[in-house]
Amino acid sequence: METIKLTIDNKVIEVAKGTTILKAAKGAGIHIPSLCYLHLHDLNIENKPAGCRICVVEVQGRRNLAPACVTDCAEGMVVNTHNIRVLNSRKTVLELILSDHPTDCLICAKNGNCELQTMAQEFGIRKLHYEGEQSTYREDTSPAIIRDVDKCIMCRRCEMMCNDVQTVGVLSAVNRGFMSVVAPAFERNLDHSECTYCGQCVAVCPTGALTEVDHTNAVIRALADPSKTVVVQTAPAVRVALGEEFGLEAGTIVTGKLAAALRRLGFNFVFDTDFAADLTIMEEGTELLDRLTRHLNGDKDVPLPILTSCCPGWVNFFEHQFPEMMDIPSTARSPQQMFGAIAKTYFAEKIGIKREDMVVVSIMPCLAKKFECQRDEFSTNGNPDVDFSISTRELAHLIKQSNINFNELPEEDFDHPMGESTGAAVIFGTTGGVIEAAVRTAYEVQTGKKLQKVDFEELRGMEYIRQATIDFDGLPINIGIAHGLGNARKLLQDIKDGKSKFHAIEIMACPGGCIGGGGQPLHHGDSSIIKARQKAIYLEDAGKTIRKSHENPYIAKLYEEFLGKPMSEKAHHLLHTHYFDKSNDTVIE
Amino acid sequence: MSKYKMHVLVCGGTGCHASESDQLLEDLKTIVTEKGLDSEVQVIATGCFGFCEKGPIVKIMPDNTFYTQVTPADAREIVDEHLIKGRKINRLLYVDPENQEHIADSKHMGFYKKQLRIALRNCGFIDPENIDEYISRDGYEALAKCLTEMTPQQVIEEMKKSGLRGRGGGGFSTGLKWEITSKSVSDVKYVVCNADEGDPGAFMDRSILEGDPHSVIEAMAICGYCIGSSIGLVYIRAEYPLAIDRLKTAIAQAREYGLLGNNVLDTGFAFDLELRYGAGAFVCGEETALIHSMEGLRGEPTVKPPFPSVSGYYGKPTNVNNVETFANVPVIINKGADWFASIGSENSKGTKVFALAGKINNVGLIEVPMGTTLREVIYEIGGGIKDGKKFKAVQTGGPSGGCLTEKHLDSPIDYDNLIAAGSMMGSGGMIVMDEDDCMVSIAKFYLDFTVEESCGKCAPCRIGNKRLYEILDKLTQGKGTREDIDSLRNLSHVIKDTALCGLGQTSPNPVLSTIENFWDEYIEHVDEKKCRSGQCKALLQYIIEPENCVGCTACARNCPVNAIYGERKGVHVIDQVTCIKCGACLEKCKFNAVFIK
Repeated sequence: METIKLTIDNKVIEVAKGTTILKAAKGAGIHIPSLCYLHLHDLNIENKPAGCRICVVEVQGRRNLAPACVTDCAEGMVVNTHNIRVLNSRKTVLELILSDHPTDCLICAKNGNCELQTMAQEFGIRKLHYEGEQSTYREDTSPAIIRDVDKCIMCRRCEMMCNDVQTVGVLSAVNRGFMSVVAPAFERNLDHSECTYCGQCVAVCPTGALTEVDHTNAVIRALADPSKTVVVQTAPAVRVALGEEFGLEAGTIVTGKLAAALRRLGFNFVFDTDFAADLTIMEEGTELLDRLTRHLNGDKDVPLPILTSCCPGWVNFFEHQFPEMMDIPSTARSPQQMFGAIAKTYFAEKIGIKREDMVVVSIMPCLAKKFECQRDEFSTNGNPDVDFSISTRELAHLIKQSNINFNELPEEDFDHPMGESTGAAVIFGTTGGVIEAAVRTAYEVQTGKKLQKVDFEELRGMEYIRQATIDFDGLPINIGIAHGLGNARKLLQDIKDGKSKFHAIEIMACPGGCIGGGGQPLHHGDSSIIKARQKAIYLEDAGKTIRKSHENPYIAKLYEEFLGKPMSEKAHHLLHTHYFDKSNDTVIE
Repeated sequence: MSKYKMHVLVCGGTGCHASESDQLLEDLKTIVTEKGLDSEVQVIATGCFGFCEKGPIVKIMPDNTFYTQVTPADAREIVDEHLIKGRKINRLLYVDPENQEHIADSKHMGFYKKQLRIALRNCGFIDPENIDEYISRDGYEALAKCLTEMTPQQVIEEMKKSGLRGRGGGGFSTGLKWEITSKSVSDVKYVVCNADEGDPGAFMDRSILEGDPHSVIEAMAICGYCIGSSIGLVYIRAEYPLAIDRLKTAIAQAREYGLLGNNVLDTGFAFDLELRYGAGAFVCGEETALIHSMEGLRGEPTVKPPFPSVSGYYGKPTNVNNVETFANVPVIINKGADWFASIGSENSKGTKVFALAGKINNVGLIEVPMGTTLREVIYEIGGGIKDGKKFKAVQTGGPSGGCLTEKHLDSPIDYDNLIAAGSMMGSGGMIVMDEDDCMVSIAKFYLDFTVEESCGKCAPCRIGNKRLYEILDKLTQGKGTREDIDSLRNLSHVIKDTALCGLGQTSPNPVLSTIENFWDEYIEHVDEKKCRSGQCKALLQYIIEPENCVGCTACARNCPVNAIYGERKGVHVIDQVTCIKCGACLEKCKFNAVFIK
């Protein structure tokens, strides 16, 4: 490896050729502040438009200051990261950014969690020397995401996520100069665009320009209504991330405290989406085997591969972008919606209340879930199966508001019957998990044999597109996995071109899967956090006594008492769905 | 051109076109035919003569008669008197503003005397829509010479030796740029012509494309040969319809003649051209922004390196040169690098085209050798300041150049001198200001332009320029403080130091150079709330002259904001803080006691 010697702040360091000043300095323990720059190392995502100019440094012999994020080190370079010229420029630029930013920090959704606010605090800004007009735009509220672009600082992270990573192409810079801002084309609203509500824009926004629609007050009102029975379900990825909001190390598993907190918040029944994840495997796994068998028997009308359908961002994506392929994904509803459908029928009957008197709340790592639960097809007579979906972040706010000392809570269990789940359900929270859970069940159902080893290491990891062939007792099943919609697009294109060799594909909209969801605690560019959550997911699975969905006794009971068998007529009615061609839904005002 | 005895050249540039020169051309042709002169007199439309101030222009060759402000109504007289009887029409001749004498031909006009036209050599001389006329002026000879007698490296060496530097503003060595692109290894490379001329009031590139499109086509083909490219792209703003038309015609003709296509001049060299239209964003003159715009992306600059020579259009090596730069190339090949290098100053060779505008007698397009002084340009070519007013400043380098003063008048114009003086060459805008111009307002005017044209990508340019504008506005409103001037200075330096592209790095130049050169005016605006030129309306003061005031109270009674105090039959006074400068007092006073300061 070719190396280069340079001096940064009087420190001589040696780095590989092609290293930027920012990275070289970081390696030498010198922190150069930056704002627009974002590097999710483990996910191979980098945003460096060099637009904020906060990371400027002085390079000896250069006419102007150099942005450290994009300037490569050169042999013999002498860099100063904090002389008076640099400090003055950096502070002036920050003051300029602040001068075009609302100062309503106290009532901002990102108060205390805003990178711009943190930077202003670190720089000791006490006065703005340059004040003037602020650029203002109309607020845009969609079913899941709020764009308050007065707070946009043009870091372009959301744009990079939406275009380069997700290939959705909704967000890009519009207008010019002082009025330039990131928005959908023609500045139309998000709900009139092809937005999938994956929330990756929100996950990387350094300020309060992009936030989730907050449903915590609706939940508080429901809890306070004595006529309502409030049922809560919590997604697998929440339990490995919520702790971060309470200062716990990334990857801390807080399942027991989570159940305890929800109980203290006043939910009548504290259930688990994992239960519905097991149910999903029963339905989706059966559908897989059914389609596989018919396809292998020569029925040309049965298309393969089958694609998972538990991710609502992904569903929105193919409805908009690949409407001609709507017969390929599984018809199984997502676990959130299966839970809602069962809670408001089977469980409501069990406890003897009407569905109108039950409120189902979901805690999700996801913003697209907010949109999903508002879809018309998931309601009966105007009453939705899931009433409100709140994010991991919103739950943390709810817990803090309710004077619950989360870290001191005892470990408690979920309630029965819909709180019982298996390890297979837990791993739904990470990329590769759904398909591994499906394989665990499908293998045993198909072959009639017991799995010797339930851990399919070949399906795990962080690589964006992964593939493995699983031996179903002599029948090789080709599995594909993609996370991040841009990678999903590649696999879809292969299918469209007739080049795909897969029998089944798992797709998750967010990089990393649900652990990296748009509703999770903010990672602020530290992708090791997402890796830690993934590790915790597999740890939780390994610690479970039952690790295969079809062995969940409450699932067996549900079929026995209510549904009959997987893909029965009742199951079809309650647990499956259909998709809509939305390719022409984009409205230009 | 030799078979005709006389040639009538009618300017077909955009300016003259707008003043009915097309009708004039048709009328002249009709009358010439009517009189049976069409075998002896050729009437053609040419490109711009540069002397736009007095357009439409008609030039008659071979005697160089130069008629100004000609209308279609003059056509018959020109034919009858000049072409038939050989008598020049006095009233249409150019009048020297100094001695009021009618000048018989262009060679004796001050406007042309000091000019040396290399890039503009064919403008106003040939019919731009006729490739034969270009060829008759040694057109495509340079291309033939390169393809048949020289290796690409030899051409590059010649270009380097000539000392030609980019005319778009950067001033980078053209030969060196070609060499770097030629050394980039790639299956596909591009030659791009930057015709996104955006400086307010500048029209150098447009005139060349309208008046001599083949020179650019020929040069691009030579560049393609040097760097190993077979595709040329002209990025031209859609607001230049005439230039686009002429360029399209020229490309079609060049293809027909085998000068573009798969086998140029039967040498096996392949090169062809395509047009790409810009929507008129100033920042798209910056080469990376230009390339992104051509790719269909937002016209925003990206950080260099990588330079386009290494990674440009769709990631392929791309050589971007400006129109004027290209226009110089064929002449350099034909006449040799040594000839070119003998013109100009030490580090700036050749000539430069300027669009002369502002408070100057001869507004128009000029081309002078590098090293000509500002005084020569303004007083000899430009004919001095309009209406006998006093020269105050000249702004060079477009909106992000600086304002130079009296003390810079004798410094030779070249890349380095202009930068040393706090301005820059830019693409060649030159705006002259006189004593009636307020320099704070001038700085504000330019900032208004850069605020409008900033792409918004980097914070210092997006927000910083806006703040500069706001502070300048405050000053012109009489609300400025000394601290504001300090803020202007600090902010200007920070923007220059931190902005992403050339636009932001130079946009504070008008502010810094006016503070530097017109400090007194800034201080007056701040301390005395006074604008000596009277341009800042908010700083005007209505004053009552005590000696003339008889105390009639008419002013006080008519003041809408009760800003006038005084007893009946006593002297009245205007409270300047309350006064809204409506002028009602001035109108009502019958004793000439109210005046404006």
